[in-house]
Amino acid sequence: MRKISELFKKRQPAPAQQSASETLYLETRPEIKEGYHEDENVIVRLVSPRKKDEKPYQVHGIEDVVAKNNWKGWLYLAPVVILVAVFLIYPLINTIFIAFTDNYQYATGKFDGLTFKNFTYILGLTTKSNGARETYFTQYAIPNTFILVFVTVPISTALALLISVALNSIKWFQKILQTIFFLPYVTNAIAVGMVFSVIFDDSGVINFLFGTNTTWIYGADRWTAMIPLVIYIVWSSIPFKILIFLSGLQGIDKQYYQAAQIDSTPKWKVLLKITVPLLSPQLLYIMITSFIGAFKEYTSIVGLFNGPGTMAKAGDPNMETIVYYIYDNLNNNTSAAAAAAVFLFVIILIFTAFQFWASKRRVHY
Amino acid sequence: MKTYIDFKTVAVNDDIVLSLEEAGKTVDAIKRGEKISRIVMTILTYIFILALALLVVFPFYWMIITSLKQNDEIRATVQTFFPNIVMWSNYVHVLQVFDFTIYMRNTIIVAIFSTIGTLLTTIFAAFAFARLRFKGRDGVFAIFLMTMMIPGEMMVISNYITVASFGWIGEGQTIIQAYAAMIVPFWTSVFYIYLLRQNFKQIPNELYLAAKVDGKSDWSFLWRVMVPLAAPTLISITILKFMGTWNSYVWPNLVTNESSFRLISNGLRGSSFVDVDSGNVEYGYQMAATVLVTVPLFLLFVFFRKYIMRGVGRAGIKG
Repeated sequence: MRKISELFKKRQPAPAQQSASETLYLETRPEIKEGYHEDENVIVRLVSPRKKDEKPYQVHGIEDVVAKNNWKGWLYLAPVVILVAVFLIYPLINTIFIAFTDNYQYATGKFDGLTFKNFTYILGLTTKSNGARETYFTQYAIPNTFILVFVTVPISTALALLISVALNSIKWFQKILQTIFFLPYVTNAIAVGMVFSVIFDDSGVINFLFGTNTTWIYGADRWTAMIPLVIYIVWSSIPFKILIFLSGLQGIDKQYYQAAQIDSTPKWKVLLKITVPLLSPQLLYIMITSFIGAFKEYTSIVGLFNGPGTMAKAGDPNMETIVYYIYDNLNNNTSAAAAAAVFLFVIILIFTAFQFWASKRRVHY
Repeated sequence: MKTYIDFKTVAVNDDIVLSLEEAGKTVDAIKRGEKISRIVMTILTYIFILALALLVVFPFYWMIITSLKQNDEIRATVQTFFPNIVMWSNYVHVLQVFDFTIYMRNTIIVAIFSTIGTLLTTIFAAFAFARLRFKGRDGVFAIFLMTMMIPGEMMVISNYITVASFGWIGEGQTIIQAYAAMIVPFWTSVFYIYLLRQNFKQIPNELYLAAKVDGKSDWSFLWRVMVPLAAPTLISITILKFMGTWNSYVWPNLVTNESSFRLISNGLRGSSFVDVDSGNVEYGYQMAATVLVTVPLFLLFVFFRKYIMRGVGRAGIKG
């Protein structure tokens, strides 16, 4: 008990009544507050006077106590650090390494020296030692990937933006419609791809509704088959964008729109001059994620075509993308697959860096 | 046309209507015009949205009705928008041909174990990043964030080799090895760590210090205070992880030898519903199988809509 009163004496320069009795001391208690005192870096906890021999609970220097826990922090991190090292960092480095090895055998880990030839091989510039020449990568994989990226991303972003603005402006059924537009997100990509291939079947509902007789999927021409593929990708990529845009729209101050209304600004101008600039952080985010996503298109093609091509010609992978090429060559031509993966990685890095650079002036936070 | 009133000569008890004009229109006319254009605008907006909503829903509708049609009707030149005869027997047939229960079991086992692993590692890492202070914390966190930029395809090749070197794939693969190969590489997610760390950071410092004052250890503070407070985020992570397993196709396809080890997406794409006599794909059966694969996801969505949408939306920019 004495210790407590000593503590209080230090803080209370006038201990006139202090010596009188314990009850008196308790009345002056509010002078010191329980809890953490930031300025002095002290935790004070008042202990009931009924308990005997109780020391006032003090911890000095919170920072120091935490700093001693160096090992503890690493202990908590250990599982993740191990997993990330084994399944993320090491593979990254190893894949780059494999891309520069000749004839890597994944089962044994053997290879015939280091080379740059994998890159020239996939680009069709050189042949392999056995004379094989790769044509599919430049003929199909690269163009298909770029077409999908530059067609689906702008279409789906613009469409998602329009839908979000419209959804944000309506009063009735807003929640239900919002849920409906989110539905494509909670589906199995393979399953819905198969549904689209039924819809676009020769005797399917699209040909019936439009009175056409086009072959869209199996045995289709490469450019015709792009149409259902693009529609499917746009359909499945819209929900995420709407969700992000809507949360952004709900954060915009209504005053901007009221000001625009007073000036009787036309609707399209409000959209272009107020909504889009104020949504620019969300737009940047959507652009970056959807460009990266579109570069990695794979399951949609498996779902729709059940293979890398439309089977117009047997063994001709005319719908192949870069990622499809990687998976196709993983087993038998690991070096080429790794080279293609590095190629994709570099392209995505350049793209993302470019988008950040381009957005510097245009994005308003 | 305009009339002017000389107020001096008008008796007070006459009815006078003052009316302002702009560009030849009275205020009332302008107001009425605005109201009409607003109504027209609203109607147009609804038409736009409803039309697109129909397009969004159409594949689901078509999937369901095709799954209930006879094969002749599916291939008919005149397509029907409701089956002439509702063929529930398609489903009976599919459940016999398509090993739905095996794929379902595999998927659920893989989902449960990879979710538990992910939750544990994520909780520990997020706690360390959000609450503890130790040397190298910020550096490690920056490295983690950078790995989010790397496309997963970069890792697949080497991970395949790594898992092979563990002896989990190859000749004589057992089902346990197949499960391990599908579960262990996905025991951590940098994105979820980031999500949970942000959530943990919002928990006020005072709570931690109060727990310290009460003599609680970091461990019990984590489980008694932080985890319950972050429960919504953890639920979101669990559901998104389940959905991810349900949709995963590439990796299970790569690392499993037998089709009976694979997951639901592989089973769906791998099963052939070809009619032996004609060589045509039996779309009715195929669509019945896709319905079976899609429905559990929809049920999940119906029950956990809030958590799914919040979890996905959290990916958006914040602060």
